[in-house]
Amino acid sequence: MTDLPILSLLTFLPLVGAVFIALVQGEAELVRRNARNVALMTTTLVFLLSLVLWFTFDPANPGFQFSEKREWLPALGMTYHLGVDGISLLFILLSTFLMPICILASWRAIENRVKEYMIAFLVLETMMIGTFAALDILNFYIFFEGVLIPMFIIIGVWGGKRRVYSAFKFFLYTLLGSVLMLLALITMVRVAGTTDIPALLAFHFDPGLQKWLWLAFFASFAVKMPMWPVHTWLPDAHVEAPTAGSVILAGVLLKMGGYGFLRFSVPMFPDASQAFAGFVFALSAVAVIYTSLVALAQTDMKKLIAYSSVAHMGFVTAGIFALNRQAIDGAMFQMLSHGIVSAALFLCVGVVYDRLHTRDIARYGGLAHNMPRYAAVFMVFTMASVGLPGTSGFIGEFLVMLGTFKANTWAASFITTGIILGAAYMLWLYRRVIFGSLEREDLKGLLDLSPREVLYFVPLILLVLWMGIYPKSFTSFYGASIDRLVASVQGHALARNGN
Amino acid sequence: MNYGIVLPEIWMALGGMGMLLAGVFVGERSYRVVALLGLVIMAVAILLVVAPDDVRAAGWNGLFVRDAFSRFAKVVCLASAMAALIMTTPFAEREDMNRFELPVLMVFSVLGMMMMVSANNLIALYLGLELQSLALYVLAAFRRNSLRASEAGLKYFVLGALSSGMLLYGASLIYGFTGTLQFDRLATFLHAHGGVEIGLLMGLIFLLVGLAFKISAVPFHMWTPDVYEGAPTPITAFFSISPKVAAFALLGRVLIGPFGPLAAQWVQIVVFLSVASMLLGSIAAIGQTNIKRLMGYSAIGNIGYALIGLAAGSRAGVAGALIYLAIYVVMNIGVFGVILSMRRKDEMAESLDDLAGLARSHPWMAHSMLLFMFSLAGIPPLAGFFGKYFVFLAAIDAHLYGLAILGVLSSVISAFYYLRIVKIMYFDEPVSGYDRADRPVAVLTLASAALLLFFCLLPAPLVDNARAAAAALFPG
Repeated sequence: MTDLPILSLLTFLPLVGAVFIALVQGEAELVRRNARNVALMTTTLVFLLSLVLWFTFDPANPGFQFSEKREWLPALGMTYHLGVDGISLLFILLSTFLMPICILASWRAIENRVKEYMIAFLVLETMMIGTFAALDILNFYIFFEGVLIPMFIIIGVWGGKRRVYSAFKFFLYTLLGSVLMLLALITMVRVAGTTDIPALLAFHFDPGLQKWLWLAFFASFAVKMPMWPVHTWLPDAHVEAPTAGSVILAGVLLKMGGYGFLRFSVPMFPDASQAFAGFVFALSAVAVIYTSLVALAQTDMKKLIAYSSVAHMGFVTAGIFALNRQAIDGAMFQMLSHGIVSAALFLCVGVVYDRLHTRDIARYGGLAHNMPRYAAVFMVFTMASVGLPGTSGFIGEFLVMLGTFKANTWAASFITTGIILGAAYMLWLYRRVIFGSLEREDLKGLLDLSPREVLYFVPLILLVLWMGIYPKSFTSFYGASIDRLVASVQGHALARNGN
Repeated sequence: MNYGIVLPEIWMALGGMGMLLAGVFVGERSYRVVALLGLVIMAVAILLVVAPDDVRAAGWNGLFVRDAFSRFAKVVCLASAMAALIMTTPFAEREDMNRFELPVLMVFSVLGMMMMVSANNLIALYLGLELQSLALYVLAAFRRNSLRASEAGLKYFVLGALSSGMLLYGASLIYGFTGTLQFDRLATFLHAHGGVEIGLLMGLIFLLVGLAFKISAVPFHMWTPDVYEGAPTPITAFFSISPKVAAFALLGRVLIGPFGPLAAQWVQIVVFLSVASMLLGSIAAIGQTNIKRLMGYSAIGNIGYALIGLAAGSRAGVAGALIYLAIYVVMNIGVFGVILSMRRKDEMAESLDDLAGLARSHPWMAHSMLLFMFSLAGIPPLAGFFGKYFVFLAAIDAHLYGLAILGVLSSVISAFYYLRIVKIMYFDEPVSGYDRADRPVAVLTLASAALLLFFCLLPAPLVDNARAAAAALFPG
């Protein structure tokens, strides 16, 4: 479309900021301030740049746009190939949108080794955008795995008490899943003879091979998602990570699993996806019900929200493998909505954690009395998480249930109970933290949201309401791409039944 | 007599003798002069190796061959030996090891390596190997009054001699059953004779055992951790790079060339060596507390990955193994650069705990070490990932799925101990700081880190050369 390599710019601009921060030397306080400012400016610039994508993207075209392709290793047919379609576009926007918020949220919370912290976040942003923009399967893997390095450092250096254990668990769990995917990826490249994703999408793999490949990709994406029973790294990682780390984990990193399913598993292995759909439904139903019940029993605020993430991701996986238009639309929407809502909920926890340095639910109560603005903000996101109509959470869950009901009635009915349980644990959390009488002395001294905090909550609230009231401005972006995806999967099913 | 094809070797031999003379005549303070001379000689040797075209040329009654494969291996050996010599110099001067024999021995061992990778005959192979090994034995024990170094040297010598004996025994069996020592004739003979005689097979196995000792593949690895720990640190660095590459290249040439027709037999052995090395290397390293010993186990594990490429027995496999080794050499130079900089009040620190909080006390050293560790663990976008990618690519191509799966699983296990080093550097509280790092060592460390980080931008030169080198081993 344009000659400007906008996706490369988006991907590598954060690295430029990181190099800039790395090179600045001098007085400690000065370096710190510089690191914060540069990080904020870079991420804001990247966000503004990504808005160009939003405005110039052609929603009617289901194919890849803004393509960039260069030779990388001609001898082995490897290329550097970037591009976006409706599915990846919104994930890129989600990443670029959340990053400045993360930097703002870390403004005062991180006082220690600020320079390294900001560098780690900027490197992380590069990896995230690259993951969603990559159109060469090896590029994808490099970005997808590259995320682990900064995230390991973020959890391990700036995390809580059990940060070392959590960082290792996060790293090794995800790595184990990913290396199996690497082997599958190599096998695909050998069989299809190309590393190009559009070419691989057009290639039809042998159904027997598809099953093995599907399982290997599933190993990686299910861990990333995370699905029950490989979700256990998530509560640990969330609880120990600094607030901004949790925001990115919940907001973007979990979505890489769902994106992987939509980009690779479903379109490239349609036969296997249909064969394993029942398996995924079962895991999703267990995830929704079991982790919701577990969430009810938590005493730690972050852990509760972490378990709720697993439950919400259960909706997403069920929706994706229902393999029809409504369900996948819903799964996409649920991912975007969860990206905003859970990120915001972790920020809400971060607000009180910064003030009191505890996440123990029992230590709080009655915050509505002295923090009214906070109570209102927290209310919006609690309702969105519960799925109140008018908020973003409702649209996604409703569409998923509608679509899943068509594909598998039992799965849909089990998953629906998750909504009730979700309302139970979220409202209970809200009641215990916000309502009741303000008795503890240290709680009475807490200050309400600062202007900086309001600054990053306002866009989140607006977005949640926008998505809830007029979802079409978002669904229209990926509608065409998902139509094509569903059509190709169903085409395969027809061809198979015909033979 | 075709002197052209052995020109680099002749140059190295004359150069080494010249260094000896120079050392004797300069007398006191001769170390610096001789070391500098050694660097120049090796640099010129690289030019002599690279200058001719890479068309295969054999000579000296078929004893010696020059092709793209030997060229690649020689360049890697020479370049890594130069890096080792640079790292050795400040250490040697401080630790009273600055005797001029040190660079001379390094040059002669590199000469041995160059002969090994160009050998086209079992006798030539043995001569090269022994020249290399004898120089290395002395180097290991170079610090005479250190008990640990002498022990390491002795252990290395006894086990090395044993392995050389086995190799010779294997060579004699092969000669007895085929009537030739020359690689080309061996290949023709084995092609012509369909079946495999048990005696010949025994010969091949003994030969493999001897070479497996040299590359420290499990179960012939026992000397590695002890020698790595006991030898002076820069010498350990040297051990872990150049001789590994040379011995591996030799193994590749022998198995693919003359014994190519017996691939069905040796692939099983190589697969076993590979799996055992990867698993033992990654599991045994977890419990280590001495960083040199840990790198010893890491070397064992890494040879396992390189062997995957050889087990594939294909062009892509050999190319993958060469790429893997070249990248591994860079990683090791960097890691040993960091280890050499762990010096507190002129005492070397070798314990893992001595790295605690390095990220705060010496950020650039820690950041480089972080890159080395993630690269060794095979995390993209660092170069180590590409090394693993190419060998796994070859393994999948050769339908060695089980080997590939074991390979990736053991890479996850090994990620644990690499991560532990990152954890100690970044998550733990700092201990007291180190002395200023020597400038040449620091420069080498940072350069290696940069190479690993930016390899992904321009992988083509290394990959293309390795592919050309691998193609040279396969006829037609």
